[in-house]
Amino acid sequence: MIELDRLEMTPLLQCKNLVAGYRIKSGFVHAVDDVSFDLDRGGFLGIAGESGCGKSTLAYAIMRLLKDNATIESGSLLFKGADLAKLDEEQMKKIRWVDISMAFQSAMNALNPVLSVGEQLTDAIHAHEEATQSDARKRALEVLKLVDIPKDRFNSYPHQLSGGMKQRVMIAMALILNPELIIMDEPTTALDVVVQRTIIEKIQELRKTLGFSVIFITHDLSLLVEISDTLAIMYAGKIVEYGASESLFNRPLHPYTKGLMNSFPSLTGMIKRMGGIEGKPPDLLKPPEGCRFHPRCPQAIPICRESCPSLEEIADRHSVACFLHKGAEIL
Amino acid sequence: MNENILVLEGVNKHFPVNSFRMHGKVVHAMDDVSFSLRRGEVLAIVGESGSGKTTTANVMARIYKQTSGRVTFEGREISKNMSREDELRYHKKVQMIFQDPFGALNPTRTVGRIMERPFVIHKIAGRRKAVEESIDKILIQVGLEPPEQFTRKFPHELSGGQRQRVNIARAFAVEPELILADEPTSMLDVSNRMSIMNMMLYLKESHSVSFIYITHDLSGARYMSDRIIVMYAGMIMEIGPAEKIINNSFHPYTRLLKSAAPSPEMGLKRKRLITGGDIPSLIDPPGGCRFHPRCPFVSDICSLEVPAMKKIDEGHYVRCIL
Repeated sequence: MIELDRLEMTPLLQCKNLVAGYRIKSGFVHAVDDVSFDLDRGGFLGIAGESGCGKSTLAYAIMRLLKDNATIESGSLLFKGADLAKLDEEQMKKIRWVDISMAFQSAMNALNPVLSVGEQLTDAIHAHEEATQSDARKRALEVLKLVDIPKDRFNSYPHQLSGGMKQRVMIAMALILNPELIIMDEPTTALDVVVQRTIIEKIQELRKTLGFSVIFITHDLSLLVEISDTLAIMYAGKIVEYGASESLFNRPLHPYTKGLMNSFPSLTGMIKRMGGIEGKPPDLLKPPEGCRFHPRCPQAIPICRESCPSLEEIADRHSVACFLHKGAEIL
Repeated sequence: MNENILVLEGVNKHFPVNSFRMHGKVVHAMDDVSFSLRRGEVLAIVGESGSGKTTTANVMARIYKQTSGRVTFEGREISKNMSREDELRYHKKVQMIFQDPFGALNPTRTVGRIMERPFVIHKIAGRRKAVEESIDKILIQVGLEPPEQFTRKFPHELSGGQRQRVNIARAFAVEPELILADEPTSMLDVSNRMSIMNMMLYLKESHSVSFIYITHDLSGARYMSDRIIVMYAGMIMEIGPAEKIINNSFHPYTRLLKSAAPSPEMGLKRKRLITGGDIPSLIDPPGGCRFHPRCPFVSDICSLEVPAMKKIDEGHYVRCIL
């Protein structure tokens, strides 16, 4: 009984002080630097940031699919009691795709061009469990039906599908072993607005019926605010603001979040001149001293140049890493 | 202000299909496209991929020649065949900014060499010193400062946003009359997007050019433009002043685009999409209204004939029988 209680109370995935990066000739690139977050069962976590902020590296670190020159330096990734960061490849194989799967950014390249949709789906089943050919086929057809791909597409090759269909096949691939967590790395970036909307609706619908959790990574904050319940804003390898989406949208605190919010024009209301964010993200080989955002920050104060603010909870389910919100003694 | 700089009348563009099975068939990339652009105006063309918006830009830029129909620029008809000199003169006046900032710059040339090319081709400012001065001036205007640092660099040393700034500087360098911008911000990072859009608006004012802005993002179109054209499957569906298109959109397709655009204000209150589906094949486009297979308000007549453009308000036209 106690066991069961504990299982329900603990988050599905707990990322604690994760540091990961790439070792290259000229040094170590801190792509993910001291990142912590919790993902509840059935939760929808959105991670937003510019390119190069480390959001994809974080996703690949959770999947343990980092490139050869990249490593997880320290920190832990607790998933259902096991620390993903410390598992060896054999143990990881049992978790990857069975418990945690991933929908990749470019469906155009992530599908094998010389295998039909059906072969790729059944391959995934055969790789992870003993199943008969007809059994696998039946299950592949079931997931295709879930994502609204007609039966006769089972034998189609990726090039015969439209961009939106390929992306839906990617989602079917991620669903095929009925995982508890799906990581989606910019699954809709290359798509048109209408197709993007249909895919988002599909994901939300499936999430309700199948009950999996999602980590959704994108640079499009406007989309993310709408669909996720928890948001993490990443900048230069660090989470700078973290909290419930509504709270983050109604009361963005970090100057970077404010800048991002100001980067997309709105369809309703007055047209106002918008700023965006000047400058570009720092070189992660030698990130700036102090707060990593200070060279671009319009509200920087002297202390920002000297030390790096830590993520602190300032309201219920809303934390921010910024000296401006640290209390009176520093201001 | 009311003078039309560019007029398209019933322009079609069909591409032959090079396949044995479909021999003799054509892709209807642009069908019966008519609109005019006033001097100093920003006109946005909005649509999904495959709606023909890029083909329209390419026809205007004379990268493609139209299959039929009339294109008039500054009161003179642009014929399908032009002499080399006329062609050059046209290109000096009509410049294009491409979608892909990576592909549009020659990787083996420095920014300085890339920026010199339009001056050499169009024989502007003969003296080397004068050319260099104009290049520096335009680079400062697009925010690449100090210019002497950038002229020495190669495209691969620049970020995406900087590359797109070079593209924009190059388009404005020859003092054109009309700029065709084909999704100039779609491949850029969010933080760059607004500054590039603001810069284009600023340059448009300071160089007094007309602007065609092609995008799939309705809210971006609203931010940039005076008027909006909504295209679907090679045809114009709705055309009108930007605010009217957004607030009083009439065509079901425009409403579909509107409901699909991300808007955090709506949050969970959002209604479901009115329709799904994909853009139709343009080799055998659906008979009648091209949108009818996806239209939630479809009736029998929709599949019979192509509806004509109907005026519903001052300057606001729509291609729908409703």
